[in-house]
Amino acid sequence: MASQNPSQPAKLRWGELEEDDGEDLDFLLPPRQVIGPDENGIKKVIEYKFNEDGNKVKITTTTRTRKLANARLSKRAIERRSWAKFGDAVHEDVGSRLTMVSTEEILLERPRAPGSKQEEPKAAGDPLAQFQKGAVLMVCRTCGKKGDHWTSRCPYKDLAQPMEGFTDKPAASEAATAASGPTKGAYVPPGMRAGAERTAGSDMRRRNDENSVRVTNLSEDTREADLLELFRPFGAVSRVYVALDQRTQVSRGFGFVNFVNREDAQRAINKLNGYGYDSLILRVEWATPRAN
Amino acid sequence: MRPILMKGHERPLTFLKYNRDGDLLFSCAKDHNPTVWFADNGERLGTYRGHNGAVWCCDVSRDSMRLITGSADQTAKLWNVQTGQQLFTFNFDSPARSVDFAVGDKLAVITTDPFMELSSAIHVKLIARDTSDQTGDSILVIKGPQGRINRAIWGPLNKTIISAGEDAVIRIWDSETGKLLKEADKESGHKKTITSLAKSADGSHFLTGSLDKSAKLWDARSLSLIKTYVTERPVNAVAMSPLLDHVVLGGGQDASAVTTTDHRAGKFEAKFFDKILQEEIGGVKGHFGPINALAFNPDGKSFSSGGEDGYVRLHHFDPDYFNIKI
Repeated sequence: MASQNPSQPAKLRWGELEEDDGEDLDFLLPPRQVIGPDENGIKKVIEYKFNEDGNKVKITTTTRTRKLANARLSKRAIERRSWAKFGDAVHEDVGSRLTMVSTEEILLERPRAPGSKQEEPKAAGDPLAQFQKGAVLMVCRTCGKKGDHWTSRCPYKDLAQPMEGFTDKPAASEAATAASGPTKGAYVPPGMRAGAERTAGSDMRRRNDENSVRVTNLSEDTREADLLELFRPFGAVSRVYVALDQRTQVSRGFGFVNFVNREDAQRAINKLNGYGYDSLILRVEWATPRAN
Repeated sequence: MRPILMKGHERPLTFLKYNRDGDLLFSCAKDHNPTVWFADNGERLGTYRGHNGAVWCCDVSRDSMRLITGSADQTAKLWNVQTGQQLFTFNFDSPARSVDFAVGDKLAVITTDPFMELSSAIHVKLIARDTSDQTGDSILVIKGPQGRINRAIWGPLNKTIISAGEDAVIRIWDSETGKLLKEADKESGHKKTITSLAKSADGSHFLTGSLDKSAKLWDARSLSLIKTYVTERPVNAVAMSPLLDHVVLGGGQDASAVTTTDHRAGKFEAKFFDKILQEEIGGVKGHFGPINALAFNPDGKSFSSGGEDGYVRLHHFDPDYFNIKI
């Protein structure tokens, strides 16, 4: 307010001047008064003005300047605040918008949601205890070590090839590990070689169908990664597979998820059967064992 | 937090540096004008015009009066921080890659790239208190390492110079005689080019980031490996919080490969790690390209990152950052 008033006469256009030439009676008003700022930082500005009806109006503007509590700048820094701009910054126009505050709220994204940590070791610990009794071994898909750790906790996972198994093409990556199994000189059928297009049939035969859950009525857009995301909260998942049409590579609307624990699979079935996912209602059931 | 975006540079950022009070932020980029910003609100204070090539590195004196910049135009320049005036130019025969003022601001170390049959070198220059007495003579030139020396900094009490670069070996040199004192162990050391090096606030240890997708924490005197932080992207920039036991790694895939892969695979976040537990605390997203530069405000309450995308992003932490528990 205070800064606007004196600048106004300079800004007046001649057209406007003529218009209210006759009634410009500002010189009749008492001068502008500024009181303060006092020790509390309160400043009062008293101005007088004629309003539209020609009545004299007194305008009191009270402002308080507060010092920021945490502004612990050094004297030198405060001095630097008032340094004149130089270089390209001199000719910077207001509209250049070199400095902007992000419209997006950026958070420090935790690798795990806080609080989820306690559950994880428990889930991993359970099967671990089971295996120590001499049951099935856990095999790390990254480094191929048996019984030492799960794939997700592999200490070598950064050294190994980036594992894209769950994002794009699980068949190919599994084929690669299968191919690396036998010794180098041994004959590998073309269909089993790394990078070879695998038919769903031969791919399936190798699989153990233990704790396998069939998911049907999937939307075409659902990928393995989505399924994994959907099923992982129920427990350790050993395999996710979405059937794709061989020619068009479009999802055929069903898939399989293998769990490490049967209980987890049962819970997933109980929970997700009839669950609305991507505008379709999922059907989740035990996969019927393959008849061959 | 809502980061402040500063778009003063037209080309990728190369380096960021706060002054000691933490009120000014200096940015260097591949365009030719280093820029100084107010570190609280991101307002541009000025640019330093005069370089004729990418500016790779800068350092500011303790009293925030002098700035030294090293550029690909084969010069290093001294500037008046307040006015942007050029005070002195050190001429070299190859691009200057890294600059660092010694404690006390009486000496500066400048590294130069291998160029046209010249090998890389580390130069030590006397910085005169009065600019009119300034000369361009090196009081010491160290040659020896193969490949670019990406970073050279002063060790404790200015007695040593710590250098690291393309040959992935960290070396400690005597700053008076130029003798090689220590060399990092090949076994535990980095496997690929070391891109960045950051000293801790007290200078007792330092952090190196490398394209081998890891960052390592070293003792500045004994050059023994203290910690290793493993990530899944090449590390271009590292920073250490002066306040909390946090380290920040920035990077991402090589800029030339960005267009060939999925955007999610780029991993352009700044990753926070616990300095002691070596565990990941979290990531701060935002850049559209790899992060090339990181700097922590000396008060530890904000940090800034500079990316291949030409933006400087200034982050003031939310209060809950300060009581993150792993």
